Amino acid sequence: MKSLTVSISPHIRNRESVPKIMWTVVACLMPVLLLSTVLFGGRVLALVAISVASCVAVEVVCQKALKRKITIKDGSAVLTGVLMAYVLPPNVPLYLPIFGAVMAMFIGKQLMGGLGYNIFNPALLARAFLMVSFPVYMTSYWLAPTALSDLGAAGAWIAALNGMPSVLDVDAITSATPLMTMSARGIDALHQTFGQGIGLYGSFFVGYKTGCIGETSGLLLLLGGLFLMWKKYISWHIPVSMLGMIAFLTWMFGGPTLFTGDPLLAILSGGAILGAFFMATDYVTSPANKFAQIVYGMGIGALTVLIRLKGGYPEGVCYAILLMNCIAIALDGWFKRKRFSPEESQETAPKADNVAAKPAKEGAAA
Amino acid sequence: MSALDKLFTFKLGGIHPAEHKELTEGLAIEQMPIPKEVAILLGQHIGVPCEAMVKKGDVVTVGQQIGQVTKGLGTGVHSSCAGKVKAIASAGHPLRIMAPAVIIETDAEAIAPEWDTHEWNDLSPDELLDCIKNAGIVGAGGAGFPVHVKLKPPADARITELVINGSECEPYLTADHRMMLEDADEIIIGIQIMMKILGVKRALVGIENNKPDAIVKMEKAAKGKEGIEICALKTRYPQGGEKQLIEALTGRRVGSGKLPASVGVVVVNTSTAFAVYEAVVLHKPMYERVMTISGKGIKRPANLRVAVGTRISDIVEFLGGMSEDTEKVIMGGPMMGFATSDLSTPVTKTTSGILFLTKDEVDLHEGGPCVRCGWCLNACPMGIEPKEIALYVEAGKAKETEPFGVKDCVECGCCAYVCPSKRPLVQLIRMAKQALRNK
Repeated sequence: MKSLTVSISPHIRNRESVPKIMWTVVACLMPVLLLSTVLFGGRVLALVAISVASCVAVEVVCQKALKRKITIKDGSAVLTGVLMAYVLPPNVPLYLPIFGAVMAMFIGKQLMGGLGYNIFNPALLARAFLMVSFPVYMTSYWLAPTALSDLGAAGAWIAALNGMPSVLDVDAITSATPLMTMSARGIDALHQTFGQGIGLYGSFFVGYKTGCIGETSGLLLLLGGLFLMWKKYISWHIPVSMLGMIAFLTWMFGGPTLFTGDPLLAILSGGAILGAFFMATDYVTSPANKFAQIVYGMGIGALTVLIRLKGGYPEGVCYAILLMNCIAIALDGWFKRKRFSPEESQETAPKADNVAAKPAKEGAAA
Repeated sequence: MSALDKLFTFKLGGIHPAEHKELTEGLAIEQMPIPKEVAILLGQHIGVPCEAMVKKGDVVTVGQQIGQVTKGLGTGVHSSCAGKVKAIASAGHPLRIMAPAVIIETDAEAIAPEWDTHEWNDLSPDELLDCIKNAGIVGAGGAGFPVHVKLKPPADARITELVINGSECEPYLTADHRMMLEDADEIIIGIQIMMKILGVKRALVGIENNKPDAIVKMEKAAKGKEGIEICALKTRYPQGGEKQLIEALTGRRVGSGKLPASVGVVVVNTSTAFAVYEAVVLHKPMYERVMTISGKGIKRPANLRVAVGTRISDIVEFLGGMSEDTEKVIMGGPMMGFATSDLSTPVTKTTSGILFLTKDEVDLHEGGPCVRCGWCLNACPMGIEPKEIALYVEAGKAKETEPFGVKDCVECGCCAYVCPSKRPLVQLIRMAKQALRNK
């Protein structure tokens, strides 16, 4: 008879796993890619493919060089690749993601200790790096979406969903993102292009606008995000507190006078929804305690609005998340969950941040 | 109004694993015949093992005391069969790997004893307690705490309620369920005896609502019995955890490192209540118990009444053998039980079940790095921080883990159950406990 396995309890576990979560998140990101391909053409597919391939390749090379186990099957490198491509303008050179992948996977992830030990979201770290290294590509290589009339049935469908006439003045949709337009020329310029009310919100929500590859459709991202919530892979705490803070602060300070800003527009434009559901909720780089998550989400929202309204960039989600990444682990230590027996002394808790480092002995995690 | 109308539960954390109780919940309790040889472990309770009262060659009878406590906490051990002592030797122990045991060659000719009923109403609490002490009853829940000690709380503790744990929250196990269906009246008498010993007016019986028939049966048995309330519990693991159960039924939280007596409660299992009935009314010592034999690996799953000292291999033989793809043999439930690779290990007074789990039933994933998802934090019923403790232990800082609540850990396994990285969290927490003990 073959020998029996002996191990410490529990002997059963649920069916969730890190790879399953990663691949599910990748799947939830796919619908918006479809729409972006329709709007911007096949090159966005090429960009995503190159981004994914280079992230996977860099991870393999790093893990080989660092003599670690090859873990590309867990889907985390693929997810980083997809997310990195999603925050690129659709017309950047096709080699750009390769630089990004080195930054994301080599410096951002493997040098930090691999999955679970990175402090910053690798995809956003890559974007930040590309922003300073290739500012022209990253801020002006936009593509105007294909004219609705050229899209046939799909165009009519988008128009219908947007509640706007299918003869929308496409020429007026310049190749600057809505946030750039707003930042440079004010809200009126945006109204001139998209109209007001339902037409404006509709085209933003459904996704007929200029922007990064993955930012087009709030609707499709939201559906993906809600699916992840339904699967309990992410909780409401970070997305709701982050978007709520963006909406609140924009309403307060975003208009010519106090309390005249447009909170809905703030959420629907730029990377707010992509960031809230897919970037800020990254397990490794966000707090794990619910209370800490709410503070973290609010912090991201506040920093986003600060950068958008007062900073030098029209969009601030990326930097806001990266900045909050810095204190994510500390937040976990500051806002702890209630214990079953709270009367016991908890004041001697060491700061959680000194375990962020890789265990002293390589392979101790095995 | 039925007890099922109102569900009680604990507040913090918890999980709901697949129950798998359908394998055995409909099967009546069977008596397993005495095997040719039994190995009765001398250490079946928390604390120092008993000293053997018999020697090689002695003839013993059913229920004869063969082990006595010589120091510290503990309770006696009794023979589960008639026969001759073959040796005092070491045998496999579910927790301690190898431990001393009395090996008895059973007498196949011996006639099973009859246990007459005795009147107990006239006995004083101390006399009742003596009956329990003499019967060698330990808490059937798992830890093996001597029940006569449990029922004699410190003088300064004012006990107001007796809580009876009929939750049986571990997957697969159905022994308590079957006992409540088949021996409800006896369990209620056991509860009344313990109420008298403790001098309490109120007993709360908690049963998970995945056993509605047991709830109905127990309600019927408790009808007209002063102070016994049957309460339906939400099916949620670890509903039967002592502190969780007390919170669910009384709303009181037992503090860190404190005993249930600190909030005026004593907790015992339903099967313990049955053992108390047997000890007091039948004068029958605790030498056999009901256990669930289940899992896809065993040919014929069953609820068996097994003599203490029966080896796993004898049970396997009685139930038609185990399948080739059995991956793990577990004494106890799948969440907190102990895996064993030695089928000659005998069952003890605390063995609530033996599970033969196949590859597709157990989890054999290798653990990965912590991704800080926080699922363990939400699952932990004690509200401690499994992920931090595990990271500290891995980083060689096990001695610094106390502030994360290591000492509150009841090793229920919820954290490891939900961990998507399949990390051995319970194991790492145990290492932290060990390090703190040695500090």
